[in-house]
Amino acid sequence: MANIMIQRGSKTEYVFYLPKRDLEDDIVSMEFDSPEKWGGEIKLNNGGTYYIDPQSKPAKLPISLRAKRLDAAE
Amino acid sequence: MSALTREETEALIQEVLEVYPEKAKKDRAKHLTVNDQSIEQSKKCITSNRKSLPGVMTIRGCAYAGSKGVVWGPIKDMIHISHGPVGCGQYSRAGRRNYYVGMTGVNSFGTMNFTSDFQEKDIVFGGDKKLAKVMTEIEALFPLNKGVSIQSECPIGLIGDDIEAVAKKTTAETGKPVVPVRCEGFRGVSQSLGHHIANDAIRDWVLPRREGKAFEGTPYDVAVIGDYNIGGDAWSSRILLEEMGLRVVAQWSGDGTISEMEKTPFVKMNLIHCYRSMNYIARHMEEKYSIPWMEYNFFGPTKVAESLRAIAAHFDDKIKEGAERVIAKYQAMMDEIIAKYKPRLQGKKVMLYVGGLRPRHVIGAYEDLGMEVVGTGYEFGHNDDYDRTIKDMGNATLIYDDVTGFEFEEFVKRIKPDLVGSGIKEKFIFQKMGVPFRQMHSWDYSGPYHGYDGFAIFARDMDMTLNNPCWSKMTAPWLKKEEPVAEKEAA
Ligand code: SF4
Repeated sequence: MANIMIQRGSKTEYVFYLPKRDLEDDIVSMEFDSPEKWGGEIKLNNGGTYYIDPQSKPAKLPISLRAKRLDAAE
Repeated sequence: MSALTREETEALIQEVLEVYPEKAKKDRAKHLTVNDQSIEQSKKCITSNRKSLPGVMTIRGCAYAGSKGVVWGPIKDMIHISHGPVGCGQYSRAGRRNYYVGMTGVNSFGTMNFTSDFQEKDIVFGGDKKLAKVMTEIEALFPLNKGVSIQSECPIGLIGDDIEAVAKKTTAETGKPVVPVRCEGFRGVSQSLGHHIANDAIRDWVLPRREGKAFEGTPYDVAVIGDYNIGGDAWSSRILLEEMGLRVVAQWSGDGTISEMEKTPFVKMNLIHCYRSMNYIARHMEEKYSIPWMEYNFFGPTKVAESLRAIAAHFDDKIKEGAERVIAKYQAMMDEIIAKYKPRLQGKKVMLYVGGLRPRHVIGAYEDLGMEVVGTGYEFGHNDDYDRTIKDMGNATLIYDDVTGFEFEEFVKRIKPDLVGSGIKEKFIFQKMGVPFRQMHSWDYSGPYHGYDGFAIFARDMDMTLNNPCWSKMTAPWLKKEEPVAEKEAA
């Protein structure tokens, strides 16, 4: 589990930021993206995938969350 | 000499790495790369923010330098105690040239060195009592201080002093902010972690101080973050923002004050110049206070105009017009400077090796003068810095991370740039090699370089260094052969 931050992006809707590794990347897909259920598996532009517990859509971004790494790029 | 091709640059890296033992070679190879603009993610080509190799000459500093020297030091109305032995603070005192207005020793303390001067006794029995005494003395001698920050040096973490307790006690007594910063030099791999720790201290001890208090805001309030006023940089940036109609509420931290910082959560937008050292606090403010932030670049007229427009785009038409007005106002002056210096500097090649934001930010300013940056690198950059650099640099140029003294010298010998821009530790090596050099950390005792006014000085300085007649006198007269004849013919 790692602390991450999800922000609004300019190219894609969401941008993923992992402070520990200075990884800032666009989120290309998110498993759930509706007002009631938001989160789940997220795929990054660099090929990595992370998992955040599905929750209701946050009222405002950015938001700090805990995420599990499923598959980091290289 | 024409620029190297990709293959030649790659070969050069291999050649330079040849002298290292196998393990060191493998490690250093990851930190050197040839720029490829098509790569999106720097991680694919360069490794950064790793421990330096033992035995090589690195140019990095420590976490204490990142916190005391960079982030906290310039806050002028606070006293920053270098907590621990005297050397760390004394040898770095006032070297950074972050200018401020005020009476030093009365209401401003920027160039002074305060230390708890640890002795053996303090290491053995702990230094908390001494720290408390230092605080009382400070209050008596400098009653106009607006607060104190305790910048830990290595021993504090090693002996496990409780500086937080002393800080809380003193705040209760004086009512002024006392900020303990756990920036012991051994933390992290470079000064970069010191920036982060300093940002976290601001987050925890400074920003909440005015929460819920009244603030008379305007829709045009901004904060300039990550400008340390080196040689007056923040001033020459600030006037441009004010001219276009914005209100600069806070300057972090060059010529800044603690009350400005406390007011920052009320602004409408944070403008970040040095991304590396202050992005943490900007991200925090975005999340907690919903303040958007953006990076800008005030080096060279092209980038200044670009940045002014990008900043204005976040505001209404009044500001947008203001930006255009400012750009138009300085256009004539810029054209004149470029007309004067470009012919003298056109086509010259520059190699940079600096920290923070400059390895990518100053590229635009050199390009405005017709110069080309052929190599660049960060002392303590992270991946996100290199992500931003790849696009700014030309294809097949050299990028080096935490370059060692040896590598840098070899690169310069082979690439033969017309100008090297780096720090004081490199300056005399290259000057003795006969390569013109500018000290790009503190602008070689010149500056400011930000903004339009700064560009005028930047252009003059580059010309003054590059076209200095001394570079043609590098060979002793009796060793020169052909030239006297040629001179006679010309006469
Ligand atoms: S590494 Fe430690 S002892 Fe050295 S300057 Fe930094 S804080 Fe001082």
